[in-house]
Amino acid sequence: MKAGRFSKKELTTYAIVVAAYIICEILMLTGIMSSHMKGLLVPICYYAIVAVGLNLCVGILGELSLGHAGFMCVGAYSSALFSYVTESAIPTAPRFIIALVIGVVMAALAGFLIGIPVLRLKGDYLAIVTLAFGEIIKNIFNAIYLGTDSTGLHFSLKDMASMGMEPGGKIIINGAQGITGTPSDSNFTIAIVILLVSLFVVQNLVSSRDGRAIMAIRDNRIAAESNGINITKYKMLAFTISAAIAGASGVLFAHNISSLTATSQYFGYNASIMFLVYVVLGGIGNIRGSMIAAVILYMLPELLRGLSDYRMLIYSVVLIVMMLVNWSPKAREFREKHLSFLKIKKEAK
Amino acid sequence: MRVLKKVVSVMTASAMAMSLLAGCGGAKASSDTFKIGSIGPATGGGAAYGLAVKNAIQLAVDEINEAGGISGKQVEYKFEDDELNAEKSVNAYNTLKDWGMQFLIGSVTSACSIAVSDKTKQDNMFQLTPSGSAEDCTKYENVFRVCFSDPNQGLKSADYIADNNLGTKIGVIYDSSDVYSSGIYQKFAEEAAVKGLEIVSAEAFNADNKTDFSVQIQKAKDGGADLIFLPIYYTEASLILQQAARDGYAPKFFGCDGLDGLTAVENFDASLAEGVMLLTPFAADATDDLTVKFVTSYKEKFGETPNQFAADAYDAVYAIKASIEKEGITPDMKVSDICDKMKTAMTEIEVAGLTGTITWDASGEPNKEPKGVIIENGAYKSME
Repeated sequence: MKAGRFSKKELTTYAIVVAAYIICEILMLTGIMSSHMKGLLVPICYYAIVAVGLNLCVGILGELSLGHAGFMCVGAYSSALFSYVTESAIPTAPRFIIALVIGVVMAALAGFLIGIPVLRLKGDYLAIVTLAFGEIIKNIFNAIYLGTDSTGLHFSLKDMASMGMEPGGKIIINGAQGITGTPSDSNFTIAIVILLVSLFVVQNLVSSRDGRAIMAIRDNRIAAESNGINITKYKMLAFTISAAIAGASGVLFAHNISSLTATSQYFGYNASIMFLVYVVLGGIGNIRGSMIAAVILYMLPELLRGLSDYRMLIYSVVLIVMMLVNWSPKAREFREKHLSFLKIKKEAK
Repeated sequence: MRVLKKVVSVMTASAMAMSLLAGCGGAKASSDTFKIGSIGPATGGGAAYGLAVKNAIQLAVDEINEAGGISGKQVEYKFEDDELNAEKSVNAYNTLKDWGMQFLIGSVTSACSIAVSDKTKQDNMFQLTPSGSAEDCTKYENVFRVCFSDPNQGLKSADYIADNNLGTKIGVIYDSSDVYSSGIYQKFAEEAAVKGLEIVSAEAFNADNKTDFSVQIQKAKDGGADLIFLPIYYTEASLILQQAARDGYAPKFFGCDGLDGLTAVENFDASLAEGVMLLTPFAADATDDLTVKFVTSYKEKFGETPNQFAADAYDAVYAIKASIEKEGITPDMKVSDICDKMKTAMTEIEVAGLTGTITWDASGEPNKEPKGVIIENGAYKSME
């Protein structure tokens, strides 16, 4: 099965991403691709990235997190803040790279800090607490007022008036109105590169010694502990990396559209649940599957725009159907029975 | 199982490639119709606003087409849903661009409008937001708006309260998670200080926590507020009125255009709204011919009373019509050329619309006078 250092499965995943990239680039260069599709490319990538990151937490580590939108929010805000402040001081390419590093590091830090208390819990309790932390992160960003004037930085958690800014000062974060005017630095190429890097990190982690330790914890905590595996260390490792990847996706998000607000449709628990849907429908523990599910589920409502009023209805019906086809025992039985010829044919080749 | 997955992934990959192709088919400019696109939330939490805009534009476009179109050319109209999400709003914009849109009326909400304006600036597409009220919505020169900006409303409200001696001790209840509400409050607080109004309590709530207002009301009561300023939407305002009445607290209530629609809230005792004052450029009960005609045909067609958003959108269509006629724009022009002409035309026209007589300056801000109205016997009555 091994082809060099990578397994065949891993290589196929990279190949799919690279092939998708090449096809899209060709379509763009030849001018066939509509501007609607062009606009979708970057969002597709960052949702795929967050799905890959969350799958590390849910599928590999086996802990249900409903707070990933919160980590995405941390990555988005910290990087947008940096880019906004240094927009005129640093040229685009290095600025975006530094912003990316800042976003990833801040999200990892948030994941680490939140992980310390949270990872003592398991199952439903963990899901509830991560959900709460995600909401807390969102609400904190919603309340931040930050501005600068000639006397220096001003900060408030109440309202703008209490910052005591001089007239003519520049407001950076304006509470619920968030950060407006972040430079649009993300593009399809950089998004694909980040997706590949995230895939590389997650897949290599999974097939490494650390990854086996993490999966051992998932499968049987007590057995793993009795074999001398440091439970806390490996749980924190996986959770932090997962948060960092969500942060990277947040960086792309913040640099894709110019108005960044911490409202619930982007960073609330509904967004977290949407990421979880990508992971569950793509297959828990199946990194490539979660990536593909993110792409399909994000594109679906967009491609259904032609149906206008019915599109959200159809979207939800598709979700239910996918859920049933993928996971219901009857459907799996049916597939085993009637679609197994696909399997035989392939193997006969 | 493994292999099956592989088959599925190959199939999905090819399905994706197909869908990429299906989404193609560049913009074909048809040369004999004007194409107006609009973006707003038609599903989800803000659907009421988006649908109002969608319907009102449809109404205006139908009227124009029946009357022979603009400069003899018919108008085509298409609305796209953005689910109150800035990212989806940009997607919707791109979809409309593929359709061949020449004029954009949208987005309905501020954050979406700002995100879209970045793209319209790149494409030099004319954008007129009916109700994107945040200050930054019109920061580019190709973007204009019909509604008042948030700071403008805060300013006018404070002035109105001070000039008409409506109260001296003000309590404010606002939605800190809402751009519109916090925008108005910020400017209101500044102007109140200038005008010598004392803000005795400024209590916020947010989108996740907007059913119980007893704390906010109690704070205002403790501060001895004789007027409560509500720069919020009518749904929450109706709850505040109910809860204040239950506590036996009866200050004056003053709001902005978000309160329009208060008397129509379901399961709300409309008598509680008696005496509520609001500063709004549009009141559905006004008796001028234009409003009466608009309200009756809107009700006839869509079965509900139009609100502020609908009125702004309706005026937006007529502003575009006036500009096209002024500059002699024809549908076969390039989008970018149309935009350049529109930029000058918008500053020259005067539209006698539902929300008053409007003129625009080059910054994109409308000049119109808000009307102070008071709710009396369940109807809006001018305060003058």
